[in-house]
Amino acid sequence: MTALSVKVDGVKYSDDVEPRMLLVQYLREKLGKVGTVIGCDTSNCGACTVHLDGTSVKSCAVLAVQADGGEVRTIEGLANGSELHPVQKAFHECHALQCGYCTPGMIMQSVSLLSENPNPTEHEIREGLEGNLCRCTGYQNIVAAVQSAAAEMSGKSLATAGAAPADETGSLR
Amino acid sequence: MTATLDPTTEVPTMEVGRERRRKEDAHLITGRTRWTDNIVLNGMVHLALLRSPYAHARITSISVAGALDAPGVLGAWSGADFPEQGGLPCAWPITPDMKSPVRLPVAVDAVKFAGEVVAVVAARTKAEAVDALEAIEVDYEPLEVVLDMEAALAEGSVLVHPELGTNQNAVWAFDSAGAGTGGDVVAALAAAESDPDQVVVERVFRQQRLIPAFMEPRSTVVDPTSEQITMWSATQIPHVLRVLIALSQGIPEHKLRVIAPDVGGGFGGKLQTTPEEIITLMVARKMNKPVKYTETRSESLMSAHHGRDQIQRLRISARRDGTITGFDVNLLADMGAYLGTVGPGVPILGAFMFNAIYKIPAYRFTCTNVFTNKTLTDAYRGAGRPEATFGVERIMDELAVELGMEPMELRKKNWITHEEFPFTTIAGLTYDSGNYEAATAQAMEMFDYDGLRAEQKRRRDSGDPVQLGIGISTFTEMCGLAPSRVLGSLSYAAGGWESASIRMLPTGGVEVITGATAHGQGHETAWSQIVADQLGVPFESVEVIHGDTQSSPRGMDTYGSRSLVVGGVAVVKAAQKVVAKAKIIAAHLMEASEDDIEFAAGRFTVKGTDTSMGIGEIAWAAFAAHNLPDGVEANLDSEATFDPDNFSYPHGTHLCAMEVDTETGKVTIRSYVCVDDIGVVVNPLIADGQMHGGLAQGIAQALYEEAQYSEDGQLTSGTFVDYLLPSAMDLPNFTLGRTVTPATTNPLGAKGVGEAGTIASTPAVVNAVIDAIRHLGVKDVEMPCSPQRVWRAIQDARSGASTPAPVPVAAGPSAGVLSTGVPTGGAA
Ligand code: FES
Ligand code: FES
Repeated sequence: MTALSVKVDGVKYSDDVEPRMLLVQYLREKLGKVGTVIGCDTSNCGACTVHLDGTSVKSCAVLAVQADGGEVRTIEGLANGSELHPVQKAFHECHALQCGYCTPGMIMQSVSLLSENPNPTEHEIREGLEGNLCRCTGYQNIVAAVQSAAAEMSGKSLATAGAAPADETGSLR
Repeated sequence: MTATLDPTTEVPTMEVGRERRRKEDAHLITGRTRWTDNIVLNGMVHLALLRSPYAHARITSISVAGALDAPGVLGAWSGADFPEQGGLPCAWPITPDMKSPVRLPVAVDAVKFAGEVVAVVAARTKAEAVDALEAIEVDYEPLEVVLDMEAALAEGSVLVHPELGTNQNAVWAFDSAGAGTGGDVVAALAAAESDPDQVVVERVFRQQRLIPAFMEPRSTVVDPTSEQITMWSATQIPHVLRVLIALSQGIPEHKLRVIAPDVGGGFGGKLQTTPEEIITLMVARKMNKPVKYTETRSESLMSAHHGRDQIQRLRISARRDGTITGFDVNLLADMGAYLGTVGPGVPILGAFMFNAIYKIPAYRFTCTNVFTNKTLTDAYRGAGRPEATFGVERIMDELAVELGMEPMELRKKNWITHEEFPFTTIAGLTYDSGNYEAATAQAMEMFDYDGLRAEQKRRRDSGDPVQLGIGISTFTEMCGLAPSRVLGSLSYAAGGWESASIRMLPTGGVEVITGATAHGQGHETAWSQIVADQLGVPFESVEVIHGDTQSSPRGMDTYGSRSLVVGGVAVVKAAQKVVAKAKIIAAHLMEASEDDIEFAAGRFTVKGTDTSMGIGEIAWAAFAAHNLPDGVEANLDSEATFDPDNFSYPHGTHLCAMEVDTETGKVTIRSYVCVDDIGVVVNPLIADGQMHGGLAQGIAQALYEEAQYSEDGQLTSGTFVDYLLPSAMDLPNFTLGRTVTPATTNPLGAKGVGEAGTIASTPAVVNAVIDAIRHLGVKDVEMPCSPQRVWRAIQDARSGASTPAPVPVAAGPSAGVLSTGVPTGGAA
């Protein structure tokens, strides 16, 4: 067992973990943060993507102990209280999810992508999401959501971004 | 207002047709999800499964003793330790003499494919359970494997199930002459062969083996600790699962509750009673503790069922002017080592779709299902119809070349015209509505068909190393897998109706209970739109309940694009019943005759007056029940079941422009346009999303995906490294158009959309690849059309070798192997 001290979504945790425990297992099994999910066992699908010290990582490819002293952000800590992150909002607006299983990873990867490149081209978005698989959407609406969020975050309105269908906004319950 | 299903009934369209954002999203985008693997129960035990490394072997000895001593282990069992284990049911015995091997959840004595479960460990944690697998000792005596369908049918082949005496599972046949729906195909083809004014084209196409690859691995939790056993499962079919488990495991159905919480994709891949579910249940009952099993991705790819895997030998004849005179279809379908829940029926769904949108005067379909030492196959997005559509749309292109006709002109020459609907096809289906002309015209316009053809010519003429190909696929499909009578005539064990009920709550909310369990298709949103219109209540005040056999007790679940056209219509019927009851109460309360009450936008009004009551007020009155008419029961509730008389038939025209680099074999989709007619659309946003996802899967079959086995039966594409799901980099943006020809077979006018993209896109893409390089002498490229295969085909053509090497199929229509089966009639 190895001592681990880590901040996850703003809360500090100290635990003893097996050295071989993966970060995703730590989040899910020890902390009950089951918003982050597992889709593969080869670090290919990106479903488990979280931010470690501000950079996106596949949490199935990182040992929990590697996060020692660090800060982790998961999908559960992305919204600011009840105020959704613009990327979360854009995924909803652009219908960028169906079953939603890839969604936490997709959103975390998209947030990270936009923090590195606030104004990506379509090609850059597709490239940036290459490590995240989605079986439901065909990616078109995910790409549109990232474009839309980029516009929103850089101060343009969703409607002028040309990505979100401009009809009905609907509301989250 | 009555509850009749007159298709001319006007459905108010305030919500229906609107791009409502999904109600489902809120918890999915914030990570507050309820996947089965998220469930934690007190004292829960975790399972790990030991799977056979051999595709065919005798188990000569097995000992779990070592595992029992491993840390954290609470139990370990081999197959013999489950004397109670029943076989997994196959619900689709397609012929009376179908060969049906027993499939035990945990193998005893022998294994028939790599990945079959041979032992089970239960431990405090998953990690401990997985560790303990290493301590299980198994001695295998490897046996010769048979992986190829041809070889499996040959005399003296290794038998997957020696007790059956054959690897032939069943032969199912349809013949238009015998069925009385058309002419004799044998005569038609023979006549064509000897007539210089006719041509016969024969092709063999391979439908490679695919893996549904839903993103959420399958997972099951069983809690046996109360009187009623509760099972959570990442399944598409909680209702059917409950019935099948009750029957196969001897649990009284009312003592079993099945819950499908959030389910991460399915595509037919979660349409099964699985060994893993049964094992979890058996261990939970043995230990009297809650038990969880979640598969890894590698386990999923290896042992969750696969799709497709057919060899199609097709012969089509036509007159020189393009008129088709006969079509003969001969399939070999690989069942894998066992039969899935609906596996044997999958290829025969294609029997009704090989004639596609065309008028074909003579037709025969013969399908031979074969056992091999591979993972079983079963339903995968489109199930039988993508395979059929591929076959017919590919051979139409080949026929066009043979006739020297423009491929679209050949299609136009043969398709059913708008005036001819309703049209009874040679396969015995009645297409209720359709307008192929309109969809095609729109698609060609959006695609700039003529412009691209001109560019194609320019590139050919200039010998551009990057050639342009144009791929066409015009298609229809049978959607809304329901008509229970038809399913019965096809020997399917269950019906296809769907149920819905509506509870109007006294405080104004509406609960809709649907049997059509969703796994990402947005039912909660679409059903809310339907109910909002029907009852005149706000979209937001509707709550949709599904996926739990306790709260939604009756259902047939979701597959075959049946949700909206069967389940959604059940919701309409339930709503109409609520309105009918409310009207009786409204008339009573307003002291008017029922005939004088009008209902619109949620209000009951006495004709010609301004006396009115809202439906919410009636709901309260029905709840309070202080003053109800005699014989009217309290509460404003209803229940309805819908079982349509006919399928629905969405159709469309898909066009793909493909750039092929003749020097490297690299293929790039330049543009993809499709115009689909899915009837009346409830939510265009959701419908488009379904199209996008379907297109991605169909294109993936054409270009990327294939489950491959080594010679000894190992799945060599057993991870996402080798099984190439397309990523965002691999797919283009799609351009979608739409025509609306309402279905006349249900009051919504909806036709279904879930499978359309997958069905239509595969042939469009492959036709485009071949169209780009046909002038170089290439006649075919096997799927997936990888750069290597494309490059090889070009090289072979240039060097004059025949391309591609023909797929060996010894069993032609008249060859011995296929004609030994007992054909059974089977028109719907
Ligand atoms: S679960 Fe981490 S990449 Fe797939
Ligand atoms: S939404 Fe289902 S996998 Fe992406």
